[in-house]
Amino acid sequence: MSIAFIILLLPLVAAASILLGIRKKANLSAYVSVASAGICFLLTLGLIRGSGGEAGAFTWLSVGGLELKIALEITGLTRGMILVVTLVGLLVHIFSLGYMRDDAGKARYFAGLSLFMFSMSGIVLADNFAMMFIFWELVGVSSYLLIGHWFQKNSAAEASKKAFLVNRIGDFGFMAGILLLWGATGEIGFSALRETLEVQTFDPSLLNWAMICIFCGAVGKSAQVPLHVWLPDAMEGPTPVSALIHAATMVAAGVFMLTKVTFLIIAAPVAASVIQHVGALTALLAALMATQQSDIKKILAYSTLSQLGYMVMAVGFAGFLHSGEAVGAVASNAGFFHLYTHAFFKALLFLGAGAVIYACHHEQDIWKMGGLIRLMPVTAITFLIGTAALAGLPPLSGFWSKDAVMAVTQNSTPLLIVGAITAFLTAFYMSRLCTIVFFGKARSQAAREAGEVPLMMRAPLVILALGAVIAGFEFAYGWFIAPADLPHPHGALPLVLTIIGVAGIVTGYLLHRGREKDPIRVEVLVRKFYIDEFYLFLVRVFQDGVAYLAKAVDQLLIDGLIVRGSARLTVGVGLLLRGLQGGNLQRHVFLFGVGIVIVIYLITIALG
Amino acid sequence: MTIIDLIIIIPILAAVAIGCGGSARVLALAAAWANLLLGLVVFVTLVAKGGDEMHFKSSWVLLHSPELTLGFAVDGMSGVLVLLTVIVTFCAVRVSSGDLGKGSGKLYYISLLLIAAGALGAFCATDLFFFYAFHELALIPTFLMIGIYGNGREKVATAWKITIYLGVGSLILLGGLIALYVSLSPPGAPTFDIAKLAPSPGEHPLSAEVQKWIFLPLLVGFGILVSLFPFHSWAAPAYAAAPTPVAMLHAGVLKKFGLYGMLRVAMPLLPEGFEAWKGLLLVLLLGNILYVGLVTISQRYLDRMIGNSSVMHMGYIFLGIACCNSIGWGGAVLMMFAHGISIALLFALCGSLRERLDTLEISRLGGLGGSMPFLAVTFGFAAFASIGLPGFANFASEITIFFAAFKDAGEMGILQVATILALWGVVISAVYMLRAYRSIFQGELIGERYPADLAQSMRLPVVLMIVILLLTGFFPNIILKLLPNLFEVL
Repeated sequence: MSIAFIILLLPLVAAASILLGIRKKANLSAYVSVASAGICFLLTLGLIRGSGGEAGAFTWLSVGGLELKIALEITGLTRGMILVVTLVGLLVHIFSLGYMRDDAGKARYFAGLSLFMFSMSGIVLADNFAMMFIFWELVGVSSYLLIGHWFQKNSAAEASKKAFLVNRIGDFGFMAGILLLWGATGEIGFSALRETLEVQTFDPSLLNWAMICIFCGAVGKSAQVPLHVWLPDAMEGPTPVSALIHAATMVAAGVFMLTKVTFLIIAAPVAASVIQHVGALTALLAALMATQQSDIKKILAYSTLSQLGYMVMAVGFAGFLHSGEAVGAVASNAGFFHLYTHAFFKALLFLGAGAVIYACHHEQDIWKMGGLIRLMPVTAITFLIGTAALAGLPPLSGFWSKDAVMAVTQNSTPLLIVGAITAFLTAFYMSRLCTIVFFGKARSQAAREAGEVPLMMRAPLVILALGAVIAGFEFAYGWFIAPADLPHPHGALPLVLTIIGVAGIVTGYLLHRGREKDPIRVEVLVRKFYIDEFYLFLVRVFQDGVAYLAKAVDQLLIDGLIVRGSARLTVGVGLLLRGLQGGNLQRHVFLFGVGIVIVIYLITIALG
Repeated sequence: MTIIDLIIIIPILAAVAIGCGGSARVLALAAAWANLLLGLVVFVTLVAKGGDEMHFKSSWVLLHSPELTLGFAVDGMSGVLVLLTVIVTFCAVRVSSGDLGKGSGKLYYISLLLIAAGALGAFCATDLFFFYAFHELALIPTFLMIGIYGNGREKVATAWKITIYLGVGSLILLGGLIALYVSLSPPGAPTFDIAKLAPSPGEHPLSAEVQKWIFLPLLVGFGILVSLFPFHSWAAPAYAAAPTPVAMLHAGVLKKFGLYGMLRVAMPLLPEGFEAWKGLLLVLLLGNILYVGLVTISQRYLDRMIGNSSVMHMGYIFLGIACCNSIGWGGAVLMMFAHGISIALLFALCGSLRERLDTLEISRLGGLGGSMPFLAVTFGFAAFASIGLPGFANFASEITIFFAAFKDAGEMGILQVATILALWGVVISAVYMLRAYRSIFQGELIGERYPADLAQSMRLPVVLMIVILLLTGFFPNIILKLLPNLFEVL
């Protein structure tokens, strides 16, 4: 069995052994889960040094000429992604040992984490669409289980359900796209598809439709507009889960999948344009919404949405025609590069938020915090590093990757402007958050009593902060993307972006310094453009309305007229049924059976 | 006497023995155990020998003209259904509870055994007459059980309703079968033998027009039995009213008779007949998936919701059948198996909820996961199996059917359009299942009672069914190995 297969299966073994055997022993369960994550990380270090190529295959399903395989493929981007998954995964596991120390459902929590690691590795290592779809769904269910970890809380139960259902809507499109491709080409393997597309030409409108459908999967998983609504609610889950699943890895799966099918995006320019614009819209809208939230995790959630929008937009540029030629893989590499650096600083920010929440006795409202830099310096400083990286300040990792993304958007001025506005907003809302939470006076008793978190939780913060600083340097990414394959900005773009970032930070600081509430309140942003309300309305009108109508039709028409009507007819006419006016059911049914047998017999004889 | 004869006769003998005064539960359990083991032997043998041909043949000629033979045999498709039947029968007998209302439960266990025997006979019969007659044998005790041991005040009315409904369906089917017998029997040698009725490849004795009109009663007859839209409205009330083991056996096993009949009789014998009605069938199966799916969302009671979900999933099996290739048919049979187990599991769990709670109205329940963790977890497995999560056989069958519809489909035909629409059903089923699960097991506890968790005696069958779904979900080739070239074979 290859190393890659062990990385894939070990977490499943851990999850299964917790569920089946040791779930009553919470600490042991936690250690088993952490150990599996640790071993996977070490194996990953071995894997990314090794040579590429196939890593083994297993025929999962075969019937009548259809073969679906669980087969692994290790490419450059796979290496980068699997490192993110196992490294951030391991750190989150360790952080959780502290964060979930006294939780009643600890064993269940760690089993869920391990199940997630299994599913996520499957997406990363998949060499074909069918396998990716399988793990795509499994990631959805592990996210469901972890968001709903505190399932006895109504809000958590609702949030987990919403996340799963919204994702399923995306998956519907994803599956349809896979089927369209398969119908046309007869292939589902990524490399096989790429080769087929090179040698054969297909109807461009079919490819566009297929790609748009496949993109729906990414819209769901990576929470792009209009399916973004599940991600902010998903913050009901324990904070380490938000760091791992809803910031660094699972939500990035959509972007990862798109980078895997770059060749398809290049061949489908209309779909590429849809992808760019959906990404840009998400980046902008989410950043706007982030500026007016007061829950520390929700701010980070909207920030994640916005950054994912950046990545999607960049990947979409792969199919953008620049003087007749597609921008190509450079664009999707830029998107992936941002995914890579973002994983470090966003996981850091979420774990930092988790530490703050932990220290403030599960208070999440930033307006009840303040002055925490004095009480928890390690958390605060690492958090500020993450903020600087997210705002794109040189020489931190976010600076380099945002440069790469913005260099791609230089192909299209409107999107360049959207990107620049988003960059300003990003720096602004993060500065607002830090100013309120870490500086000034404490605004509540909980904030006054806060103290630094234990080593178990500090250590992951420090390691991630290191990652947030260095991940953008060539030695940290060059082993999976050659720097020559990344786009390079023209003109003074890096300088302009730096100025924009600094301006955002300064504005955010000056506006919120020493305040007790937001100086500017924009109702439409606070209410998140009323999108949730609109969806609720839609669901009620369409889903429930249609459903009730359908039920009424069912009872009135089909049951009432057709069934009862024909039943009356039968009863009225049938000799068999006339004897049924009195007496008991058993006899009637018996007679009925006898009748049928006699009828058959008579007909048989008559015909024979 | 072959092992298949044994499998069919054991439940009948056990039923007779109970009738003669034997201990009902002990005998029923013994028969269920014996059949479970024999069923496994049959299955393993078929895996070794391959599922393309008939094995374990036996026959007793009863009449020479017309040729009427009591004969049984199994190929891959029958083998899968036999395995399904023995598993569900075993679990249904196991979950039968002590409280049987009247008497010692003699009639109760006799009925269960006869349902099982009837289903097994129908799936293995090589003769059109017994194919039909065994199904009738299974239906009659089903009606009885609902009327006598059912739930709710309307059980007798419900029993009547399905007696009439399915009776009419059976008669329409009978008409179609007789037409088959008359028109396809070789000249001068009338026969009921399905194999002898089958046309030789390439030359069909009937014109497309004749095939078309013989196919219609078969489609309607089988359709009624399988609750094909718009003939579905009997199903949910019947399952809600039926005692738990009967709901398990009927929805899990007996209802597959109609689908089996489509594949064994209607499609191979009248290939052009199907072509004529393909568009209609696609519309009707979308009725199952989309329309009944929406109806399922609007259900207020858990038992009715589960019953409707079962109706909805029949649409996917019909879709597999309509693909007319080995992938689709293999997927359809795999789904019969997967759905059979998962619906039986859902009804078993729903039944134990009914015993513990005052109501099954979803909105009046809440937060039960805290006090009944075992039931909550197993129900979660069942719910996720039912909505086709990877890892369960249900997913493997769904994805197989979807791929089948797009096999070599360079352009969008009606089959492909219907499949895209049918895909929407995966969202619909997630909506109703997760909504119910969230409402019943999650959130804050509603009410003051803390009902007890799943009884120990229920745990073995429940876990068994989950394990089987997972095993065949992780390794669907266990089942599919028996069905590699179903379309060509049939």
